[in-house]
Amino acid sequence: MLEVQNLSMRFGGLLAVDQVSLDVQEHEIVAIIGPNGAGKTTVFNCMSGFYKPSGGKILFEGRDIQGKPDYKISRLGLVRTFQHVRLFSRMTVVENLLVAQHRHLNTNLLSGILKTPNYREKEQKSLDRAAYWLDRVGLMDMANRDAGNLAYGQQRRLEIARCMVTEPKLLMLDEPAAGLNPAETKDLNQLIISLKEDYNVSVVLIEHDMSLVMDISDRINVINQGRPLASGTPDEIRRNDDVIKAYLGEA
Amino acid sequence: MAAHNLKHALFCAFITLIISYPILGFDLTSRGTTVVLEGVNTTTSIGVLAAVIIVFLFQYFRDSVMGSLRQLPAINPLANREPMEQSKRLKLESILLTLMIIGALIWPFIASRGAVDLATLVLIYIMLALGLNVVVGLAGLLDLGYVAFYAVGAYTFALLSQYYGISFWFALPIGAGLAALFGLVLGFPVLRLRGDYLAIVTLGFGEIIRILLNNMTSLTGGPNGIGGIPDPTLFGMEFGRRVKEEGNTSFHETFGIAYSGEHKVIFLYLIALVLAVITAIAIRRLMRMPVGRAWEALREDEIAAKSLGLSRTAVKLSAFTIGAFFAGFAGTVFASKQGFISPESFVFLESAIILAIVVLGGMGSQMGVILAAIAVTILPELAREFSEYRMLIFGAAMVLMMVWRPQGLMPMRRIHIELKRQE
Ligand SMILES: Nc1ncnc2c1ncn2[C@@H]1O[C@H](COP(=O)(O)OP(=O)(O)O)[C@@H](O)[C@H]1O
Ligand SMILES: [Mg+2]
Repeated sequence: MLEVQNLSMRFGGLLAVDQVSLDVQEHEIVAIIGPNGAGKTTVFNCMSGFYKPSGGKILFEGRDIQGKPDYKISRLGLVRTFQHVRLFSRMTVVENLLVAQHRHLNTNLLSGILKTPNYREKEQKSLDRAAYWLDRVGLMDMANRDAGNLAYGQQRRLEIARCMVTEPKLLMLDEPAAGLNPAETKDLNQLIISLKEDYNVSVVLIEHDMSLVMDISDRINVINQGRPLASGTPDEIRRNDDVIKAYLGEA
Repeated sequence: MAAHNLKHALFCAFITLIISYPILGFDLTSRGTTVVLEGVNTTTSIGVLAAVIIVFLFQYFRDSVMGSLRQLPAINPLANREPMEQSKRLKLESILLTLMIIGALIWPFIASRGAVDLATLVLIYIMLALGLNVVVGLAGLLDLGYVAFYAVGAYTFALLSQYYGISFWFALPIGAGLAALFGLVLGFPVLRLRGDYLAIVTLGFGEIIRILLNNMTSLTGGPNGIGGIPDPTLFGMEFGRRVKEEGNTSFHETFGIAYSGEHKVIFLYLIALVLAVITAIAIRRLMRMPVGRAWEALREDEIAAKSLGLSRTAVKLSAFTIGAFFAGFAGTVFASKQGFISPESFVFLESAIILAIVVLGGMGSQMGVILAAIAVTILPELAREFSEYRMLIFGAAMVLMMVWRPQGLMPMRRIHIELKRQE
C-alpha cells in the first residue's frame, strides 16, 4: 500500500537520506533500523509531509503523495507518532482523543452551537470511540487528567491511541519503546501486533530495541548514514554480514 | 554580591536622575516673544530626589523585597485549597451565573443613569474580552491589534447610518460580519507567524486601520469623526424626545408615559446585556466543539495538530474570524451608545486594555475574563480623583497581580467528560 522509491533528502551540504526505498504491504509490520543519525526520522518526516523530499517518489495506495501538505497526508490515513512525545499537554486525556476525531465530527458551526440531535449523535460516537481506545491502552482511569501529567509510558500509549481514533490505514511509529521499562515494552509489543491483527492497520516502525523489532516485524529495512544497507525478513537481517558489522556488532 | 548590588543600585539611581531631572526639573516659559528655560520650584526637585533615593533603595534591597513579594501567593488563603468537585462547582457556577443575570436585568431600573451607562461600557468590554480570549487564550495567538475589528464594527454602523440611513438592527450583523471578514483577510498574512512576530504584525494592523480612518477624511471625517449615529429602536419605536425617522413612533408616546432620557440608556444597556450573554454562550459552546478543541490543540502543539490532519490555516483563520466577529458586535453597540466615534477611541491602548483583561482574568477562562472586565472598567471610575495616575495604578496592579496570581483571577478549568466503558 505504501511505496517509497529512491527517496533523498538534503539539508544544505548534508545528504541525510540517500536513495532509500521501501515498501509496506497491507497487513504488515515493517521496521526501519539503523544507528542514531542514520536518517530514519527524516524518512518519516518525508513520508508524513513534514519535509519536502529533494528526490524520489512516495506512493500511497497508488497515489503520489510526496510534497503534499502534512495534514492532507494524515487525512489519507497515513498517521504518525513522534520520537519525542507530542501531546496536547494542557488538555485532558479524553480531549486529546477528541481533537483527533475532528473529521468524524465535521458538522457546521451552527448545528454545534445549537446542539442539534444529529450533532449530539456524532459527538456521542466520538466519545465512545475515545472511551474504547482509552480502555484498550489502559488509560480509562486517567481520562480527565491533563495529558502532560501522565507518566512517560502512559503518554506513549496515549499517543498511539490518539492516532488510532483517526482510524488510520498505516501507522508510523518513531521509536515507540524508547524510555519504556521491560514490562511496558512487552505490552507495547502486544499492542502493535494487535493493531495489525485486530484492526487491520499496517505499521512502519523505527526502533532501537532489537528484541522488539525481531519479534514483531515482518520485514526490516536497515539504513546507515542515509543509505539503505539491507532489507529482508528478521532472519535474513540477523545473518547479514554488513548489518552485523555496521550495526548489530556495536550493540 | 553586596558590591555588585551597590554598583547596580547606584547606576539605576543615576539613570533615574538623568531621565527625570531634565524632564521635570525645568520649565519652558515664554517671556514676550522668546522662550526661556527656568528651573522649577524646590518641591519638584525634592520629589525627583526622593524618587532617586527610592529607586536606589529598591535596587539595593531588591532581592529581599522581591523575596517577600514572592511570599504573596502563599498568603492567598485560596491558593492551596483542594479543587472543588466538578458537579458541585458546575452547580455553584450556574447558580451564580443565573443570579448575576437576574441581578443585571433588574439593576438598571434602580441604579442611576450614569451607573447604567458605565455598565453598558462594562458589557462592551466583556464582549471584546470574550472575543479576544478566543484568539489569545484558546488559540494562543498573541493579537495586539484587536481594536481594529472593534473599529470596523463601529465605523460600519456609523458609515451605513450616515450614508444610507441604515438602522442599528441591520447594521449589527453587517458590522459583525464585516469585522469577521477583516479578521479573515488580516489572518492570511500572519498565518506563518508566531509569538513575538505575530504580536508585532498585528500591532501594525491595528495602527494601519486607525491611521486609515484618520486619513480618509472625505469618507470617515478623519480626526473629526462621525456624529449623529442613531440609537437603536424597539420595533420601530424611537427613544428620543421627537421622532427623527419618518414612519417611526416614539417610545414614551406609544406607552403614554413621560419622556425620560433614561429609557434610552436602559434600553441600550439591555441590548448590550443580551448580546454579551449571547457572546458568552456561543463561545462556551464553541470551546466544547471540535473547532474549540482544535484551537487549543494548535496552541499546545502545532506539529502534533497537523499530524492529526488539522489544517493550520483553517484553524488559525477560524480563531481570527470568530474573535473579530464578536469585536464587531461590540463596536456596533459602542457606536450606538456614544452617538459619535472618532479614531481616538481605537488607539493601541484599547487593545492593551482588552488584552490585560484577558490575562488578568485567566487565559481561556470565561468567568475570569468577565470578572476582570468588570474590575478593569469600574475601578478607574471609582478612583476618579486619581485619574491622572490611572495608567500608573493600572500598571502597578498588573505587576502585583502577576506576582500574586500569575495564572489569572480564575484560571481556566478543564471540564470533566464522563465516559461509558465500551465493549
Ligand atoms: N531539519 C533538519 N535540518 C538539518 N539537518 C537535519 C534536519 N533533520 C535531520 N537532520 C540531520 O539529518 C541526519 C539524520 O537525522 P535523523 O533522521 O533524525 O536520524 P535518526 O532518526 O535516524 O536518528 C542527522 O545528521 C541530522 O542532524
Ligand atoms: Mg530519530
